[in-house]
Amino acid sequence: MEKKEHIISILVHNKPDVLARIAGTLGGKGYNIESLCVNATTQYEISKIVMTTVGSQETVTRIENQLRRLVDVIQVDDLTNVESIHRELILVLLNLTADKKEQIKKAVDTNKWKIIVSADTYIILEITGDQSQIDFALARLEPLGIADITRTGIIALNLEN
Amino acid sequence: MKLKGTQILFKALEEEKVDIIFGYPGGAVLDIYDQLYKSDMKHILVRHEQGAVHAADGYARATGKVGVCLVTSGPGATNTVTGIATANMDSIPLVVFTGQVPTGLIGNDAFQECDITGITRPCTKHNFLVRSIEDLAPTIKEAFHIARSGRPGPVLIDLPKNVMVAETEYDPLNIKIRNYEAAYKPAPKKMANLFEMLTSAKRPLIMTGGGVILAKASALLTQLARKYQIPVTGTLMGLGSFPGSDPLWLGMLGMHGTYYANMAISHCDLLIAVGVRFDDRVTGTIETFAANAKIVHIDIDPSSINKNVAVDLPIIGDTQAVLKDLIKFMDEHNYTYEASQRQEWLGQIAEWKEKVPLTYCQNGKVIKPQFVIETLHKLTKGDAIITTEVGQNQMWTAQFFTFDNPNTFISSGGLGTMGFGLPAAIGVKCAFPDKHVVDIAGDGSIQMNIQELATAAQYKINVKIVLLNNGYLGMVRQWQELFYEKRYSHTDMTYAPDFVKLAEAFGVVGLRATKPEEVESILKQGLSLDCPVLMDFRVSREECVYPMVHPGDSISNMSLGSREMIN
Repeated sequence: MEKKEHIISILVHNKPDVLARIAGTLGGKGYNIESLCVNATTQYEISKIVMTTVGSQETVTRIENQLRRLVDVIQVDDLTNVESIHRELILVLLNLTADKKEQIKKAVDTNKWKIIVSADTYIILEITGDQSQIDFALARLEPLGIADITRTGIIALNLEN
Repeated sequence: MKLKGTQILFKALEEEKVDIIFGYPGGAVLDIYDQLYKSDMKHILVRHEQGAVHAADGYARATGKVGVCLVTSGPGATNTVTGIATANMDSIPLVVFTGQVPTGLIGNDAFQECDITGITRPCTKHNFLVRSIEDLAPTIKEAFHIARSGRPGPVLIDLPKNVMVAETEYDPLNIKIRNYEAAYKPAPKKMANLFEMLTSAKRPLIMTGGGVILAKASALLTQLARKYQIPVTGTLMGLGSFPGSDPLWLGMLGMHGTYYANMAISHCDLLIAVGVRFDDRVTGTIETFAANAKIVHIDIDPSSINKNVAVDLPIIGDTQAVLKDLIKFMDEHNYTYEASQRQEWLGQIAEWKEKVPLTYCQNGKVIKPQFVIETLHKLTKGDAIITTEVGQNQMWTAQFFTFDNPNTFISSGGLGTMGFGLPAAIGVKCAFPDKHVVDIAGDGSIQMNIQELATAAQYKINVKIVLLNNGYLGMVRQWQELFYEKRYSHTDMTYAPDFVKLAEAFGVVGLRATKPEEVESILKQGLSLDCPVLMDFRVSREECVYPMVHPGDSISNMSLGSREMIN
């Protein structure tokens, strides 16, 4: 069966070890978590976890069922098959070396990327977008020498609720 | 009213109608044991914490109630892990209380500290660390609810020492717990589908599992099968969920299943699997399992559906509720089967039963283990609760002791835990003091929790141990014989204690039989004595369990042993 990336949104009770339970359930059964984003919802006692994993539909259904068995899990949705929006935020640090400085500035201007720190020797960019926009940015920035990068992982919102 | 944590614990246990605890004291639970000293709660002091969990597990399997244990922190807690994993694999409801160091010391590597909630996270249904006294009563209530609802399972509650001596208001009527809805109500459409499949099936077969016993659905399953003359096979955990003496019963299927059960699986055109999870020991190679059948899978746990076997009609729900709906649906639609409709299928099954019955050959001067089990069945008229250890003793019991009632075959199925049988029997006997409770054991397994003989002796818990002593780790030796050219690597257990003397040293009666003609009289004597008895049967050393499906093979392809075995 075809393997692809699935974005799974999970509502859980905001308990000290709930993340360990979820990570343990997946890890213990041999499933890999590609990215993970956790935060409280508008209700403090409920958290939302958005994670991505790669697998066939069959595998992902199994993952969902395993997650639903957990007492602290309230709801599990695979956002891959429903109408939803996806965003990721990345912070990128680029060194402004003599040979790359002009190229970097040009790229930032052309793509209207947001500079959040600008120093003499480096800049830090904040880029948000969906998967294709992030992939595009990374492809452009890679040859310019990324000194450091942090990614939030994908967050997503179900539009069908 | 303000109460201390230790007082709240016992009040909460009373609320849950707990009448017995299996446990072992230690530093972190001194305050709890001090409160226990002042209370009326019955407590059985085991000799190892693993024994406490297996005893609570046996109690739970035999009664359908939640089993309870109490142990100390650190090693006391880690010693429960095998027991908890055993209960988890077989979906047995337990609440295990462990002591913990004071909250201020957690994480400091304090004396007898361990992260038991971390350790048991993958082998409990859920677990809790009670961080404050206000959480204690709601946590206990929630734990019992989680343990017994939905697909049952073990729940662990870790109790820090300082929390248990703190005080708070206790009002049992005002405890709110989270809504945890585990049961699903099947759609009516599913009933119609199943009904349609059943009416058009020529060779239907029911496969019953532990889920039927857990949901107390045995009577409904029996009613369904008898009314519509559908033959029934069962998994190890399903033994007793359909009467073993009924002509429709085919015995256990799978690796050591009967010839006719495995043939029926391979030839049926409709398989109704109820409360099972299609373990690899049951299915053999998946590709050929029930290859000619449409498969209906009724189970409470959605994660069991399509996990191992792809099914045509999944019905998620409590097996009792689903069977009730199904029977009602069939009645409403006036479904009656034609006797001629089943004639060919039941005839075929009868032919298989006659061709290769379960058998063994008791001749000569050596006791056959199967003969001991059959004689035990004859003497008790099947009116006994049987626990087993794990290995050949377990498989022969499954094959040769006919179980007519649910909750009477108590065995570690999923995890296959050696050392389970004796402590489990102690737990069962505490619940049913007037019943024969017999642990059918092997000489390897029994030594893993032999210390519990002291528990049986101390409390005069009159369990009987039928030891099938072949001086080997018999099942592993069997595999070595069949698949490793008889290289018996570390399976010879000839160096063993004199079990009769050992029993006596514990204050338990020890008996021994070495010849076939002694079997009946030793069993009679052992069963009639009003005290715990260990009966050491010196059995045929290299007897194998047959039929046997080789691992990774189709279940229709069985080794039947020598012709002498089957004739």
